[in-house]
Amino acid sequence: MKFTIDGQEIEAKPGQTIMEAADAAGIYIPRLCAHSDLKPIGSCRVCTVIVDGRPQAACVKPVAEGMVVENETPELLEHRRNIIDMMFVEGNHFCMFCERSGNCELQAMAYRFGITAPQYPFQFPPKEVDASHPDVMLDHNRCIMCARCVRASQELDGKNVFQSIGRGFDRKIGVNGEKVLADTDMSVDDRSADVCPVGCIIKKRTAFKTPIGQRLYDHQPIGSDIEEGGHE
Amino acid sequence: MSERKIIIEPVTRVEGHGKVTILLDENQQVTQARLHIVEFRGFERFIQGRPYWEIPVLVQRLCGICPVSHHLAAAKAMDGIVGVDQLTPTAEKIRRLMHYGQMFQSHALHFFHLCSPDLLFGFDADVAIRNVVGVARKFPELAVQGVMMRKYGQEIIKATAGKKIHGTGAVPGGVNKNLSIAERDEFLKEIDQMIEWSKSALKIAKDYTFEHLDELADFGAFDSNHVSLIREDGAMDLYHGNLRAVNAEGATIFDQVDYQGYYKYIAEEVRPWSYMKFPFIKTIGPENGWYRVGPLARINTCDFIDSPEAEIARQEFMGITDGKPNNLTMAYHWARMIELLHSAEKIRDLLNDPDLQGTDLMVKGERREESVGLIEAPRGTLFHHYKVDENDQVTMANLIVSTTNNNTPMNLAVEGVAKKYLSGTEITEGLLNHVEVAIRAYDPCLSCATHALGKMPLEIELRDAAGELIDRKAR
Ligand code: FES
Ligand code: NI
Repeated sequence: MKFTIDGQEIEAKPGQTIMEAADAAGIYIPRLCAHSDLKPIGSCRVCTVIVDGRPQAACVKPVAEGMVVENETPELLEHRRNIIDMMFVEGNHFCMFCERSGNCELQAMAYRFGITAPQYPFQFPPKEVDASHPDVMLDHNRCIMCARCVRASQELDGKNVFQSIGRGFDRKIGVNGEKVLADTDMSVDDRSADVCPVGCIIKKRTAFKTPIGQRLYDHQPIGSDIEEGGHE
Repeated sequence: MSERKIIIEPVTRVEGHGKVTILLDENQQVTQARLHIVEFRGFERFIQGRPYWEIPVLVQRLCGICPVSHHLAAAKAMDGIVGVDQLTPTAEKIRRLMHYGQMFQSHALHFFHLCSPDLLFGFDADVAIRNVVGVARKFPELAVQGVMMRKYGQEIIKATAGKKIHGTGAVPGGVNKNLSIAERDEFLKEIDQMIEWSKSALKIAKDYTFEHLDELADFGAFDSNHVSLIREDGAMDLYHGNLRAVNAEGATIFDQVDYQGYYKYIAEEVRPWSYMKFPFIKTIGPENGWYRVGPLARINTCDFIDSPEAEIARQEFMGITDGKPNNLTMAYHWARMIELLHSAEKIRDLLNDPDLQGTDLMVKGERREESVGLIEAPRGTLFHHYKVDENDQVTMANLIVSTTNNNTPMNLAVEGVAKKYLSGTEITEGLLNHVEVAIRAYDPCLSCATHALGKMPLEIELRDAAGELIDRKAR
């Protein structure tokens, strides 16, 4: 099956999403809620591409024969920048002392897009920290509602520790309803403790153990592994 | 109504804006001078609820110029929280290297950018010349040395903390990296030059003090107590030790006090006109128990310095007061340059120590609820005190920063200078200059924001006995 991304002809297998086919071809489509081990839900919209003239989430949209996909247009870059920008101002992301700095996908995405300061005013919303669990901490200040943890808990851990609750501005990640993490069967070895793209779910007592210079995105921008064709 | 409440409005949140209010009595004589420094006091509340391991990195936001000191003081406190009393040799030495690097770059920066214009051109010289650009024009070699020394210190910080500012090197219980052979060899190439340059800077400060001794004896000078950390054998130790306090004559007030219990010895007084507290030694009380910290206090309190060239310099320094504490405000500059040399010597010794290439970086212990970390920061003793609950969240933080420790002395220095140089009811250029020079001797954090320009945003107000504003001048 063949289709094009920005004019380049791509080979795809039936049933693949645009993102999967692009990854295999070494074309990076930016993403935050998508994760290679989890079912895509198309929620963050950072992966938005134009498919035959219409915006679609590349992480959920299956490839069809002859599809014309636009990825790196100025409009899409602008759109993605805006989404990333909004994520920064809707949370309390203090990169300068966040332990995920250098390993954070949101921060890395901002760098990839050349964002140094958000264009929107910070909202400084009041958010909670749930440090009740002995080994895992939940800092809602840094949550971007990607729901990776929700899916990982269900799909990979066979548990149901996390849920998306509330609507609109009050939407948040809850644990077993309105409880705290200590009341759940969460374990530090769960995959749900690994998939958070930002510094919301963190393993206690592991902070800053990797020196600056050896962190994931210290030398290469996010997505460069895919662009180098090293798709695992 | 003989006194009126003065409302202090922080003109700006910029760290380092200084404001001086000079109060006069009915006969237009100076009764008091008050130095206001806008501080970010909300910090202690801001860190509540944060996990303890984040604090050494977070607290670096307190100050743009001495973040390493906050980083290390907090890390030392968090060592206690994770139950570690003794780091591995590699961890302790990497932290020391980071600290001496910070001390070296901070002292070099202060001397070349802020102090040398005063010493080289005289306090009365036109500010248009009396600045770092003026120094660069007239003494180009000196200016280059200043830049190179600062850079050297910053590179050491980068090699040990990961970044020149806001690094992550010190973690509770240790460090996250050692020093590679390649990094070490780069530093070793230049260390002898750094020591030589430190000596020439020291000579400028020393010669200046000797030549102007009479004048300086009357310039913001006053007797005070002195406090610093001290090693168990009485040696100066900028990274770790116990607390020692001596009075103006050198008599011991307390000695070898474990700083975990600092609050039994030191309290802080709140005064309605200032955001900054006024620390004092409890046994003496708030009236006379205030003290100096920083380079002058450290030279005054220690019995000796354990690096040879700095020790010779210390002996010369103590010689002019027959071994008693030196109480001249302007002697800070000389003392600071002795420490500059000491830091360079310590860096050299550490670089030659194979422990820096060790791989045993972290230790663990039994969690504790409360801990204190102290360090001798470039500007003086820095206190970090935390309580952490069973969920690993900080529930209490108390910080006494170096500049706060020097609060009363700075006020007195300004008062002394105001008494001497204020004539009539007008703030003259001369008064402004001299007040500036006196404050600068303490290298307070109000110069933070302005290090780069070598200028201090300073505002002086003159108020009469009724509290009415008579004159105001800003720079
Ligand atoms: S990655 Fe596709 S919507 Fe988030
Ligand atoms: Ni400072």
